[in-house]
Amino acid sequence: MIQALEKIVGRDGVLATPEDLAVYSYDGTFAEGRPQAVVLPRTTGQTADIVRLAARERIPLVARGMGSGLAAGSIPATGGGIVVCFTRMNRILEIDTVNAAARVEAGVVTADLQAAVERKGLFYPPDPSSIRHATVGGNIACNAGGPRCLKYGVTGNYVLGLTVVLADGRVLQTGGKPIKDVTGYNLTALFTSSEGTLGLVTEALLRLVARPRYAMTALAEYDSLEDASRSVNAILSEGIVPATLELMDQTAIACIEEAMHLGLAADVEASLIIETDGSDQQAVLGEIEAAGRICREQGARRVKVAETEEERAGLWRARRSISPSLARLAPNKLGEDITVPRSAIPGIVRKLRAISAAYGLPVVIFGHAGDGNLHPNILFDGRDPGQREKVERMVGEIFGAALAVGGTLSGEHGVGVLKRPYFEAALGPVSVAVQRSIKRALDPLNILNPGKMFAD
Amino acid sequence: MEPIQAGPDVLESIEPKESAYYNCIRCGLCLAVCPTYREHLTETASPRGRVALTRKSMEGSLDLSPNLLGQMYSCFDCMACDEVCPVGIRPADLALAMRQVGEWRRPKRWKRLLFEGLIGKACRLEAATLPLRLYERSGLRRLVYRLGLDRILPARIRDLEAMLPRLPQRPLRRVLPEIIPADGESRRRVGFFLGCAQSLLFAGGSRAALRVMARNGSTVLAPKEIECCGMPALGYGRRDLALDQARRNIEVFERLGVDVVVTDCATCGSMLKDYASLLGEDPAWARRAAAFSRKVRDISEFLSEIPLEKPGGRVEQRVTYHDPCHLRRGQKVWREPRRLLSLIDGLEFVELPEADWCCGSAGSQLITHYDTSRKVLDRKLDNIASTGAGIVASGCPACRMQLLAGLRGRADSVRVVHPVELLDEAYGLRGQDPGPGGGRGGACKEE
Repeated sequence: MIQALEKIVGRDGVLATPEDLAVYSYDGTFAEGRPQAVVLPRTTGQTADIVRLAARERIPLVARGMGSGLAAGSIPATGGGIVVCFTRMNRILEIDTVNAAARVEAGVVTADLQAAVERKGLFYPPDPSSIRHATVGGNIACNAGGPRCLKYGVTGNYVLGLTVVLADGRVLQTGGKPIKDVTGYNLTALFTSSEGTLGLVTEALLRLVARPRYAMTALAEYDSLEDASRSVNAILSEGIVPATLELMDQTAIACIEEAMHLGLAADVEASLIIETDGSDQQAVLGEIEAAGRICREQGARRVKVAETEEERAGLWRARRSISPSLARLAPNKLGEDITVPRSAIPGIVRKLRAISAAYGLPVVIFGHAGDGNLHPNILFDGRDPGQREKVERMVGEIFGAALAVGGTLSGEHGVGVLKRPYFEAALGPVSVAVQRSIKRALDPLNILNPGKMFAD
Repeated sequence: MEPIQAGPDVLESIEPKESAYYNCIRCGLCLAVCPTYREHLTETASPRGRVALTRKSMEGSLDLSPNLLGQMYSCFDCMACDEVCPVGIRPADLALAMRQVGEWRRPKRWKRLLFEGLIGKACRLEAATLPLRLYERSGLRRLVYRLGLDRILPARIRDLEAMLPRLPQRPLRRVLPEIIPADGESRRRVGFFLGCAQSLLFAGGSRAALRVMARNGSTVLAPKEIECCGMPALGYGRRDLALDQARRNIEVFERLGVDVVVTDCATCGSMLKDYASLLGEDPAWARRAAAFSRKVRDISEFLSEIPLEKPGGRVEQRVTYHDPCHLRRGQKVWREPRRLLSLIDGLEFVELPEADWCCGSAGSQLITHYDTSRKVLDRKLDNIASTGAGIVASGCPACRMQLLAGLRGRADSVRVVHPVELLDEAYGLRGQDPGPGGGRGGACKEE
């Protein structure tokens, strides 16, 4: 099999030493699954040849980018299989400034794409915290979000078309540069967030927008987490739509302060990071001032608007570092990704604190409060079986609480391996049956990322 | 030098502790800043991969195989991952630690020869480079160029040949007086740590540093009996030798009774500052090492701390600056050299894109990991070209060798200098000898 893969991609495109297999057995979570081989294609044609080989030999294929996923979606889950790693398909093929579209290969790093289009005065808004260490292909497979989703929407809102290698090796083209397209089913949307279970995305045509010329960022600090979560709705209810509206609790703030020394106050119970942007400087300023006023009315102790680009970049670097920096507090963490209607934010925050108190394990709360997407992170020590068992029960309760208020399991990380046990509870039997029949139609041999999403 | 027996207790002290890798949550942030990842685009060549390999090897699920160790040696030790990790894991340090473990379990004879025999004493290294200096002085090298022999060499050998710098007739250490008096009133006594590479290859930079210090009221003591700072031994898995070298160097400077120890080599500086932690668990040495490390300053740092005479001359050049890893991340010194350059009238400073990315030298990676090193270097050279600068300043001999090798044949007119050389030029001191008995100034033409 190794030789057959080497024939397709050349010797330097196949990795199979024990060391290679060990490091491709994980992604951004604690879960592990060892592949038999890793292959790094450079073209769609090579990818199609790999898929045909796998179909012939009935070998599972697991698509992977930079391995920053938070649902264990890009690790082998059924023992063995080939990891198809797209990091070497990293060319930006075209930036069309007239049609405001970019055509890229799946392995392009999201931040590199953003930098390239911004040099041309354009803007690719999706901004998962992993922008510098995640690929466009992975973002599409998980329909990644990020802070700016509040105003600009998620990755899927920017996918105009895809090149997908199907489970039998055929190459499917979906969509195109026109923004309006109702000819047939929306296959682009189907493959977006399919987590590599329906096909392998090798290229994407992405929609771009005009780059906002001004942005202002404020940090609002609160003595009470409750006040902070109430402010979110107060701001949005006044018709202000900030680009981002991020919440972080005291533990999250303490962790990033320890990691980055930005001078954040240690004694506040919660903070909001609010950013407004646009092309009219006065409007951007007016909105950030209005948001600041509302925060103070809701009980913010202090609202500070970043005065320099350096200060602003520091705030965002801090926000992006929260999740990993929590590992300073405990050897393991489980980061969840629940999303609720935003009116339910204060209630769900109360509920999360109650769950933490009941089990005696810390739950750190931060996330994109503006769009109802929170990342409660349970901190624990996986070496203690008692704690592991508690974590499982806490996760069940957290999901239960989210579903009870009309929310869902995952806003942007995906289901992967980790949320598989809760999949049916979230969707109901009819939805799962429909999804299963789609999976069977497109991947009858079940070679594309088996053991993910569906609890079989 | 007495060989140290590798007992189980020794192994325990060099093996990375569980806390050094266990909390890595594999977020992947470090991939974005790693030069070896950027070239290979594989997890195996990434900092996160090296941490995972360390953990699996320490936990026993992977053997300490030659391939696993090879991944530890493929790290450039630029420390970008150490700096970016929000958890506080130091992947580059772990790669170094694993090299020590590998060397203890399977010692390599050539390393014994090289590090115990040759680099141990600076003077021995200088003797060993005699053939190279003869190659230079006999005119053989010029002959090689004139006949175009360098062009028919394979690219790899050609690059190595180009990396051989123009050596001075005699190493600076041989000719440097032990005391260089201050010009005018002496306001402080400064110890100078003359690194091997500076002495041998870039003596011009050290001469400039000495002249600038003397000009600004410093009496400089430059002891000849110092040893290698220890970085090469540490990089090749011989921590034991590095510790010995550290102890001897500390003793030398204790005897001098100076308040500050200055070096113009980024690598030596970061190593000397690290003596405190290297010897931190040695009860007989911990305090002495800490006291020594506190005194160490890079030349740009030192010059930023003392009142400095504004240079009168002008340097009408466009200049850019490359951050050596051992200065930027090893010592958090990056504002100071830029500030020195800003003191010079006429000098147009252009910031280098990706200035703090590794140049690919990492001491000897152009020899041991040619392909990756060359690609990393090419990216650096493209960035340098984009600035249009005629001079690249950088305070690290290893970076300068690498940049000079890369620029040869590509941009021969671009000079590579230590920032302090430009300051020296602006003072109009260039070419004057530091103190009586000094060797012939300007014998070393490394630009």
